[in-house]
Formats: sequence, C-alpha cells, structure tokens
Amino acid sequence: MLAFAFRRTLQSFPTIAAVALVVFVLFSVIPGSIATSMEDGRGPVDAAVAERMRKELGLDDPVYVRFANYATKLAMLDLGVSFRTREPVSQLLAKRMWPTLQLTLAAMVFAILIGVPLGFVAAMRPGSLIDAVSMVTAVSGLSIPKFWFGLLLMYLFALKLGWFPTFGYGGWWYLVLPAVTLGVSPLALLARTTRAAVLEVVNADFVRTARSKGMSETRVVRWHVMRNVAVIVLTTLGLQFGSLMGQAVVVEKLFSWPGIGSLLVDSVFQRDIPAVQGCILVIVLFFLIVNTLIDIACAVIDPRIKYA
Amino acid sequence: MKLGANLSIGGSLFLLAVAVGILAPWIAHTDPVMDANLMMAEEPPGREFWFGTDAQGRDIYSRVVHGARISLTVGIFAQLINTIIGTALGLSAGYWGGWWDDFVTGLTNLLLAIPSLIFALAIMAILGPGLTSLLIALGLTNWSFTCRLARASALSLKSQSYVQASKVLGYSDVRIMFTQILPNMLGPLIVIGTLGMGGTILAEAALSFLGLGIRPPYPSWGSMLSEARDQITTAPWLSVFPGMAIFLTVLGLNLLGDGLRDILDPQSRSRRI
Repeated sequence: MLAFAFRRTLQSFPTIAAVALVVFVLFSVIPGSIATSMEDGRGPVDAAVAERMRKELGLDDPVYVRFANYATKLAMLDLGVSFRTREPVSQLLAKRMWPTLQLTLAAMVFAILIGVPLGFVAAMRPGSLIDAVSMVTAVSGLSIPKFWFGLLLMYLFALKLGWFPTFGYGGWWYLVLPAVTLGVSPLALLARTTRAAVLEVVNADFVRTARSKGMSETRVVRWHVMRNVAVIVLTTLGLQFGSLMGQAVVVEKLFSWPGIGSLLVDSVFQRDIPAVQGCILVIVLFFLIVNTLIDIACAVIDPRIKYA
Repeated sequence: MKLGANLSIGGSLFLLAVAVGILAPWIAHTDPVMDANLMMAEEPPGREFWFGTDAQGRDIYSRVVHGARISLTVGIFAQLINTIIGTALGLSAGYWGGWWDDFVTGLTNLLLAIPSLIFALAIMAILGPGLTSLLIALGLTNWSFTCRLARASALSLKSQSYVQASKVLGYSDVRIMFTQILPNMLGPLIVIGTLGMGGTILAEAALSFLGLGIRPPYPSWGSMLSEARDQITTAPWLSVFPGMAIFLTVLGLNLLGDGLRDILDPQSRSRRI
C-alpha cells in the first residue's frame, strides 16, 4: 500500500511542473509591460520608477531566462513578491489557505451528508415519489447559479430571519451560508452518482451470490454494496473538487470570505501577476493533493485498484 | 422521471430562452442600456415595470430579455468551439494512436488538473472583459470531457469491420474519421455538448458576476446580479429575475441533455450520473 501511495504521489509531479509552465506562459504573453500597467487607475507611473521595477523584476530578460528563474525559485517554494503589497506571495497565500480549506471541507461534508443518503434512498425505491423528488432536487442543484443561490440564502437567512451573519469571516456560524452555497452542486452530483452506483451494484452478480449464500441484508449492504459505492462516490468527489475550487472563487467573493479565491480575483483586478500565479498554483496543488488522497483511499477500500 | 418528460420540459425551456433572445428587440419594453430614468429608480415589480426597475431606473424586464442574447451567444458558441476542439483532438488521438495520442492524453490530463473556471478567469484577466474574450476563455477551457469521450469512442470504433473495410477500399484517414467513425459517436457528443452548454452559461454568469465578463451597462444576467448584490436590502427583486433566468435556461439544458441521453445513448441509462 505504501508503494502504491508513493507511486501515486510521484505521478502528480509532472502535472505540477506542466501547470507551472502553462501559468508562466499565459502571463508572459500579456501585452504591454507589467511595470507600466500595474498602476492602473492611478495614472501611469513615473518613467524612472517603471525602469527600476523592470530591472528589479527582471522583466527585460529574455523569456527563457525569466522562466528558468521562475522555475528555480518555485522549486524552493519561493513564489515571488506581490506587486501590490510587496509581501512574499507565499506569505499572502499562507494567510488565505485556512479559510479556503475550511470552506471547501465544510461544503464537501455538507454535500456528502445530504447527497449520499438522498441517492441511496432514491435507489432503494426506484420510480417512487421519493426517487422523483430527490432527482428533481439533484438536477435543480446542478442548474442553479451558485452566487444567486448564495444571494437568496443571504436574503432569507441573514437579512430576513437573522439566523446567520450576512457575510464576513469569524466563528462557525459565518461558515454556514457559504458552505451550503458551495456544497449544493456537489450535493446534487453525489445524489445522482450514488443513485446510479447503488442501482448498478445491487444488480451485480456478487450481491446475488452473497444473498443466495444466506448473508443477512445488513451485511450485504455493508460489505458489498457500500464498499463498491464508496469507490464511485469518492472518485466523483475527487473530480468534482476542481470545479468546487473554481466555484469557491465566486462564493468567497459573494460572502467576502478571505480565502484564496477572493485573493485571486482581487489580484486579477490589480494585475498583481505573482499573486495570481501563486493562487492558481496553490489551487491546482489542492486539487492534486485531494485527488491523490482519494485514489489512495479508494485503493484501501477496493484492493483491486492497486493492481489496475 | 418519465423518459419523455425530461426532453419535452427541457426542450421547451431552452426554446423559450432562444425565442426570447431572438425576439428581444421586439418584446423588450425599453432600451436596456439607454433608457435610464432616475425618477423611476428602484420601483418594485408592478403593472408598468413587470420585474421592477434598478437603481438607475432601468426596466429589469427589458434587461433580462436582452441578457438572454449574451448568455445564449456565449453558451452556444463557446460550447461549439469546445466540441469542435475536443472532437478533433479525441477522434484523431484515438484513431491514430502513437505519440499523438500520448500528447493529446497528456494535454487533456493537464486541462483536467486546472479547474476550468480558474483557467477561464486567468484568460479573461489577460484578454480583458468582453464578448470575444469570453468566447475564447470559455471555448478553450472546457473540451477535456468531449475529448476523452471522442477518444474512447474512436478507440472502440476503429476495430469495427466496416472501418477495416473502408481501409481496405483505400479511403484516406480523414475520410474514414469523418464518414465512418464520427457519425457513430454523434449521439454521446450531442448529449455532452448540451450538458456542457449549461455549464458554459453558468461560467459566463460567474465571470460577469465577478466583473470579468460582460461589463456594465450591457445587460448580462451575471453582471446584473453583481449590481443587485449591493441593493439586496433595498431592492431584493433585482436579484430574483436575472437569477431565475439563468436557472431556468440551465435547467432546461440539463433536462434536455438527460432526455437526449435516454434516446441517443441508451446503454448509459443505468450508469448515468
């Protein structure tokens, strides 16, 4: 198992390197000089200042030299200095990491706690009213724009009922509305996936065999159905995590949540390229770590995966 | 849900949105950008202003109706670009195999690792707001699933006897791909394209909401919601209608996609997600 975990972790390194390259290339093709465009809105910067910044940032070097510098620094976890705050980007990101982690984990937990049972119940009684209701809920959850859903929740539960704070960051009660907003589409997807997975597994040969040898229904469900469904559910969750990170940007912005997503949007508007690059890299890293962990978890649950 | 219900409800919702978009100049009451009237600011929905008015006194109904044009243009054309790129890459990779296949698979995996909304956001940051930028940003970042599907179909179809027969007859590779393989994978491609269009419309709305898509004063459902956020205490109706428009359009596309899948790709019905 350790060997599998090690191999799986190694596999994500080339992806990180490729993403770093893509991110670098994307931002080195920006037309115009970063040094002159960075003071957007406050008029052009003084020529001498711009010149000094170009030197400082090495913007006059050829692209390949810049990439070599960037990659070397990156290997030492140095993401550069923010154009705006002059702080190291890694420090900026470190401050934002925990709120984003909190938000995405809470959204995931919410989605699993509601979505999986919903799919299970629907699959146990296919064609019933409860099946229809849960599937309508699921397709609606996939279709609703997250920021709109968030606005509605904000209006109802914060402004009208006053149960939760409108926006901002603080205790766990600040987390509820953003997490529910972010969790609604993974919830919907999980409900659909679980339903489909359970329907497929309960009709599988090994379940029939287990029943025919007299295994109790609880054990059949726990040993055979749950285990197989768990793998499918976890894999969906992993793939969904990327879009969750994307949606988190919008939800963080809506609820003024001080995470990586809102840092990314603010940095985009201020053309703070090192910060934008850092945010994207960290988001991709999150995604890869979660998927690696999920793959390892799947291999623990279903040993066949290790040899596939 | 019944087999046909998805298709008819979804199809009707989508056709309604398309009709609204096409007929916008005739069914809107006022010009969505120019007709501001501060005397009529923040009027709640009523007989004169069906959906109310915003802080500048513009008619929300007219703005929602015109917003359909932007959402649908971006949704349809960006998804078309995705489908063309994904199909071309996937089909050729599956059919030719070799280094080209390795390259395309690597590219697809890379794209899957970057959340598409984040990628689109980065491209918008570089290109600046606007319709063309949106088409590029959303058209270039969402083809990985189409590509995987096309590649998998091409891999299984290329060993079919009719494909082998066309080879023996001396058909060129391109001709075989277009006339023998592509028609047999169209069903699943249409399904994934329809579902993807809903996702693209949501992404456009999200980018415009963040201020990176369509900039005000032009009415995009996303940017209307972004303006509405600040007035949620005084004028909650500003949030209701543009959001409802996005929701119903995307719901229509998702139901339509599910319905088409039941018809065009029946094997997947049991394993549908």
